[in-house]
Amino acid sequence: MNNIVNLNILQLASAYIFVLIVLLIVKVRGISREKEIIISTIRMTLQLVLTGYILVYVFDNINPLVTILIIAIMEIFAINNIYKRTKKKLSQKIKKIIAASMILGTLASLLYFLLVVIRISPWYNPRYFIPIAGMIIGNSMTGISLGVTRLVDGMYDQKHIIESALMLGAAPKMASKKVVDNAFDSAILPTINSMVGMGIVFLPGMMTGQILSGISPIAAIEYQIAIMLGILGSVSLTIILFVQLGYKTFFNEESQLILKEYQLKR
Amino acid sequence: MFKLKDVKYKDILDIKNLKISKNKITCIVGESGSGKTTLLSLLNKLISSDSGEIIYNDKPLMSIDSIELRREVVMLPQIPAIFEGSIKDNLLIGLKFSQKPFVSDDKLSKVLDAVKLDKDMNEAAEKLSVGEKQRLALGRIMLLEPEVYLLDEPSSSLDEETEEMIIKKLVEHTKVNNKSLIMVTHSKKIAENFADNIVEVREGKIFSGGGARDE
Ligand SMILES: Nc1ncnc2c1ncn2[C@@H]1O[C@H](COP(=O)(O)OP(=O)(O)OP(=O)(O)O)[C@@H](O)[C@H]1O
Ligand SMILES: [Mg+2]
Repeated sequence: MNNIVNLNILQLASAYIFVLIVLLIVKVRGISREKEIIISTIRMTLQLVLTGYILVYVFDNINPLVTILIIAIMEIFAINNIYKRTKKKLSQKIKKIIAASMILGTLASLLYFLLVVIRISPWYNPRYFIPIAGMIIGNSMTGISLGVTRLVDGMYDQKHIIESALMLGAAPKMASKKVVDNAFDSAILPTINSMVGMGIVFLPGMMTGQILSGISPIAAIEYQIAIMLGILGSVSLTIILFVQLGYKTFFNEESQLILKEYQLKR
Repeated sequence: MFKLKDVKYKDILDIKNLKISKNKITCIVGESGSGKTTLLSLLNKLISSDSGEIIYNDKPLMSIDSIELRREVVMLPQIPAIFEGSIKDNLLIGLKFSQKPFVSDDKLSKVLDAVKLDKDMNEAAEKLSVGEKQRLALGRIMLLEPEVYLLDEPSSSLDEETEEMIIKKLVEHTKVNNKSLIMVTHSKKIAENFADNIVEVREGKIFSGGGARDE
């Protein structure tokens, strides 16, 4: 692996020419997006540089507490992101269920993946733990966001059907089964679809990174297959936990449908 | 059968006293927005009153499990719900929801007859007209043979003749089987022809009837 191209500062700087091109285009076209483009470029650069230095430090000073701390930060960030992404105001109860499903679902899949499939050692080895946790948590976050939106919207849109089922003597579980199944289905669909295009339409980021850094494509692909399965497992697990617990928050102990807590965000 | 005392629901209903008798046909009348649907929804615990007490067969409604109650006191909503699938699926789904055994196609045909729905039961239910959907929904709850029917304008989309025929069937069925029927209606004629008792709701208050005649 002696012919890996390491970018030097000048080479890296020359890549910013792309940003200048975009800026020029929007300027000429009169689209006022210069500010956003500049800010997002700077943010991207700073965040990555910072992350790079943090990772260097973390990899050099292996410590289980640090690994755990980083995972905790990732989870908190992901859970907050889910709250922010949904357009409807969420009840406290459903927020707790989102958090619990995310934490349980991702940690169970992550630990299985790292300790049984990859068998890293020590168990907290950050070189594996952190990037894989990032992928698993990130994908689960996207899935559960979709699931939350579909579940809340479904309860609203299907209010009449759900209440009619209740009037016919259905238990809440049965009355909302269609909505719950639909939420689960649409939440895992993007993950399933991304598996179909994998390797043909695009090379996933992780694999691309590994190949660029000199690992043989076959080894990179083995990792990619394993990680895709891990992601699928984690996404399904978090979402099934969420919908199975989440639908209950739409009913009270008298088996009445309650939607008033879920108003639109202002 | 039902006794309501000082029942309040938001600022929509305020019922001092109301009795609804068993084995009778009770019609609920009143202007649009007066609270008729809200009253029916209280009786099968689709909603709960803020204060006051509702008694069903000598038991407070609060002490009865909602799902059990709704399998005995079945409500037909004002806008009929049509579920995915065929006419047959739509008839059977009530039995499925209330965990009752399915019935033969023969029985289903009889019910369709009773509600004057002359259709192939394997046809998609979504294609039916509004009035046909209403009759299908009515047939669905007849299959459940509930103790108490709560019907919210069961015939609002039907022509007078069909309406009369179907309500007559339903009333007969109720009487023969010793069931009770509580029906919201806009039709004075239906109320006068069929009701044993007429309850009038005006701006959330009960004005006449109240089951004073019996019990
Ligand atoms: N969940 C609710 N929250 C607040 N107000 C409601 C709710 N449901 C009904 N209302 C209001 O309560 C009043 C009575 O409604 P209800 O549906 O009981 O009237 P109704 O007598 O059945 O009218 P209609 O003959 O038009 O069906 C209406 O003014 C309605 O806007
Ligand atoms: Mg009404």
